[in-house]
Amino acid sequence: MNGARPHESGAERRLGSATPDRQEARPAFAKGWDEPADLSKPPAPVPEPADIEVPAELRAEIEAHMARYPDIRSATLPALFAAQRLHGWCSPQALEQVAAVMGVTPAYLESITTFYDMYRNEPVGSRYVYVCTGVACSLRRARTVYKAIAAAGAELDDVEIREFECLGACDMAPMASIDGRYVGPLGTEDAEQIVDAIRAGREVLPGRGLEGMPEAAAGRWSGGDPIP
Amino acid sequence: MIEHRVLTEHFDTPDLHRLEVYESIGGYTALRKAVAMAPEDLLSELEASGLRGRGGAGFSMGKKASFIPMGTMDKFLCCNADESEPGTFKDRLLMQRNPHRLIEGMIIAARAAGANKAFIYIRGEYELQADILDAALAEARAKGYLGESILGSDHQCDLVVHRGAGAYICGEESALLDSLEGKRGNPRLKPPFPANQGLYQGPTLINNVETLCNVPLIVDRGADWFRTLGTEKSTGTKLVSVSGNVRRPGNYEVELGVPAREIVEGLAGGAPEGQTIKCWFPGGSSAPILLPEHLDLPYDFENMAEAGSMLGSAAIIVVDDSQPIVEVAMAIAKFYHHESCGKCVPCREGTSWTVKMLDRIDSGEATPMDIEILASVQEQIVGNCLCVLGDSMAMPIASMVKHFRPEFEAHIEQARRAADREAIAAPVEEAA
Ligand SMILES: Cc1cc2nc3c(=O)[nH]c(=O)nc-3n(C[C@H](O)[C@H](O)[C@H](O)COP(=O)(O)O)c2cc1C
Ligand code: FES
Repeated sequence: MNGARPHESGAERRLGSATPDRQEARPAFAKGWDEPADLSKPPAPVPEPADIEVPAELRAEIEAHMARYPDIRSATLPALFAAQRLHGWCSPQALEQVAAVMGVTPAYLESITTFYDMYRNEPVGSRYVYVCTGVACSLRRARTVYKAIAAAGAELDDVEIREFECLGACDMAPMASIDGRYVGPLGTEDAEQIVDAIRAGREVLPGRGLEGMPEAAAGRWSGGDPIP
Repeated sequence: MIEHRVLTEHFDTPDLHRLEVYESIGGYTALRKAVAMAPEDLLSELEASGLRGRGGAGFSMGKKASFIPMGTMDKFLCCNADESEPGTFKDRLLMQRNPHRLIEGMIIAARAAGANKAFIYIRGEYELQADILDAALAEARAKGYLGESILGSDHQCDLVVHRGAGAYICGEESALLDSLEGKRGNPRLKPPFPANQGLYQGPTLINNVETLCNVPLIVDRGADWFRTLGTEKSTGTKLVSVSGNVRRPGNYEVELGVPAREIVEGLAGGAPEGQTIKCWFPGGSSAPILLPEHLDLPYDFENMAEAGSMLGSAAIIVVDDSQPIVEVAMAIAKFYHHESCGKCVPCREGTSWTVKMLDRIDSGEATPMDIEILASVQEQIVGNCLCVLGDSMAMPIASMVKHFRPEFEAHIEQARRAADREAIAAPVEEAA
């Protein structure tokens, strides 16, 4: 979507501030929007199926998705998710494999991966921590929580830690999604524990996930007064 | 008790998401009734119930379904489970706890609209809920509730759970269709409306999760029963997501038309200890803010609109007096700036410049004139785009400027002084 990072601080992007070359200050990963296409390169055609080796499991998964829709193009989002799971990100190789199975151009797939937030266009890590800094979470100090988690996890390998828009769990605010599992409400004191658990491959904050929330049993949040 | 639990009635029953448990509380009896009814009769029952869309616009569900043309062309039903409006988390609960009610509602709605292929477009972040829906679909399929000749009738319907990939705009119905067709989620020019030309160019009915969850109840208990709930023009109950600076954030189901104060203060506990409510969003972050005195209004479509805001997705976000309004405005503006698909200039540029101007205000570079410019940019967005994403930023920001102009002015002044002090202090430190 719009090129800027969701919560890039004002100083990084402010007009008229002392950034001599604004081209240079642009976030490197806003591909497809800010960066001009390389016009000297010939456009990549639909790959010849015989030229591209596609792992059998990935092919089977993509073909199963294609069979579920009246139009095979509808399988694009699930197919890209499948490739991203396998490769860790939407690498050129991943796109080529999806393109070969679906019979579309890699450029079309790239137009999709650069539009939607959940695709990774850089090898930033195959696991993710989305810390919500949406409106409702930020009313409950979510930025501080994000900073604490980002600092604690700075050295983590193969994990993408980023701010995210409202994740639809403002009743657990401030919260985060760790590889799809929602945990909250979070405080800065949870940061170390979260990072330790990810590093050790353990479940993060057991008992504090959405799947086991009292809310899920009673129909609403009833875990007492979570305001710090 | 001000809570009135109809949609959430059995939510404390363990394992409600499993088919046999849902059946044991009367699940799928509405479907049995519906397949014996003619589609026209279903339509008129839905229309008579007065059920209005729960996704934001509040359009009559029965009327929208009746716009779907007759004929034998392929027709589609899409459930909008994108739920990306900040502050909204009601559909998540409905899908997680009672996936079969949504499935049942969709099979019935598909019959009413003459559709036989249905999709649930669920936001990609809701992985748990999508998995639960997939498991429930498998159960329903095995039991003959989905597929060909459902329960021995002439009705046939297939359902696919389609996971989105993180884009707020895909909640807008025409962008949702583009996304479901495997494209970037850009809104389409309307007309033609989806009811005439939607998914794969076929007539398509699009409804929110909560709207569709009401359908089995209406078919089972009757439109007259449904009309006894809520007010004359806002019938039924509403699942309200309350978040922000309240003691008990959560989903609360109430009849439409109860005083907003009873939801915010009664159920959600009001502002935290020592704080008071500064303002509140009555219908997600796209709704213009209201003030504490508006809490006495009945919470329904008409009264929220009359007060200058909207019921929207019925997500109440409460802001207490410890929060600077400029920061709230910034959180909103950044969201819409990030989520603008970039197709229409007023939205793409307007959201971007709003973020920049709020930045200036916060960093001490603004003058009071910037408030005028900020307000005028909002005016130029409203009504000038293919969809209302831009309006969804412009209206709340404009309402903040309107209600809190003195605070904006004070913020500019304070930030300017702080910036001056820094500038003066810096060289002194260097010299020392
Ligand atoms: C920018 C934007 C985002 C929207 N997001 C959602 C959403 O997440 N969920 C939803 O049900 N409706 C959303 N809507 C409203 C839909 O366009 C549509 O009106 C609704 O799905 C119709 O269902 P209903 O009649 O049952 O309310 C959004 C609209 C706009 C303009
Ligand atoms: S704002 Fe964080 S989950 Fe909604």
